[in-house]
Amino acid sequence: MAITRLHEIHARRFGRNLGVGLCLACFVALVFGLTVAKVSGGGATQAFDHVVRPELAQGQGG
Amino acid sequence: MTDSAVITNEREAGFGDYVALLKPRVMSLVVFTALVGLLVAPVPVHPVVGFAAILFIAIGGGASGALNMWWDADIDRIMTRTQRRPIPSGKVGSEEALALGLALSGLSVVMLGLAANVMAGALLAFTIFFYVVIYTMWLKRWTPQNIVIGGAAGAFPPMIGWAAATGGISVESVLMFLLTFMWTPPHFWALALFMKSDYSEAGVPMLTVTHGHDATRRHILAYTVLLAPVGVALAFTSIGGPATLAAAVVLNLLFLKGAWAIFRRSTEQAVADSYATEKRVFKFSLLYLFAMFGALLADATFRALGWGLHIWP
Repeated sequence: MAITRLHEIHARRFGRNLGVGLCLACFVALVFGLTVAKVSGGGATQAFDHVVRPELAQGQGG
Repeated sequence: MTDSAVITNEREAGFGDYVALLKPRVMSLVVFTALVGLLVAPVPVHPVVGFAAILFIAIGGGASGALNMWWDADIDRIMTRTQRRPIPSGKVGSEEALALGLALSGLSVVMLGLAANVMAGALLAFTIFFYVVIYTMWLKRWTPQNIVIGGAAGAFPPMIGWAAATGGISVESVLMFLLTFMWTPPHFWALALFMKSDYSEAGVPMLTVTHGHDATRRHILAYTVLLAPVGVALAFTSIGGPATLAAAVVLNLLFLKGAWAIFRRSTEQAVADSYATEKRVFKFSLLYLFAMFGALLADATFRALGWGLHIWP
């Protein structure tokens, strides 16, 4: 069955599909919000980025 | 394939039936106590992180509700109170409830661990395990003390909320756990006394059925006595204060008075006034828990506004 053709099940399951869709949209929004909160909150946000950072190696300075 | 055409009856599950699997009414207690646990903690939490933490604690609680309905579908079919739940009414297949429960358990634990911290995620995972495996699968159909142990699962949310903020466990969070834990048996057994239920037909050992109403009345009094010091002790921790102490003293005296009244009654007296005292104590017990956690929240608010008493320990 081609996905573009309307079937009776599309109408019957509309409520369910809409609910799942809205949940997923909210989840995406929440993860985005969390990202903004964590990044703007500062803290230890340095990640592994293939560059040597001497400040991360303890006891090797001066 | 036209398997979609096979299910053409009008009882096909809607979105709301899947929500019903998550026991939304139980969720409200979980959300409230977890929120208090998070807000009274001495560590400030970013609002978005706090919202996410409460949401995933609620989803974790809902997931354990779905797993509980999956496992208990056989007895839910027998008892009139539970016959209209999504699985026994035939709206949702039991394998769907299992899938939803497992998926949401995994999602909520991982997301809480990422949003808050690993300790909170681990506590949520333990809570789901405790409710589903220890309570639902093992103790519920085995011992009349099932309510006591099952109450522990409902008592974890404030500890998880606290852990989401602080990343640990402390005297305060353990006392908040004990408050709900000791409250559950008198609350539930008061209900069991006046609810004509068909637990015996379903093969679930309920104290009222296995040991009779008089033993249940004694148990209610004993657990209410054990509950009383917990609230008072909470008032003298770092999260307590005048509001908590006042609430603990007044509410515990009222609860003890009610439990004593239940203890002194016989089944004949109870039948004569159609369980008026038991019903009154049950309703009061709901108020008790909300007011105790509300008082903790009030003291936290006073401290935040700088109205705290400096002489308070």
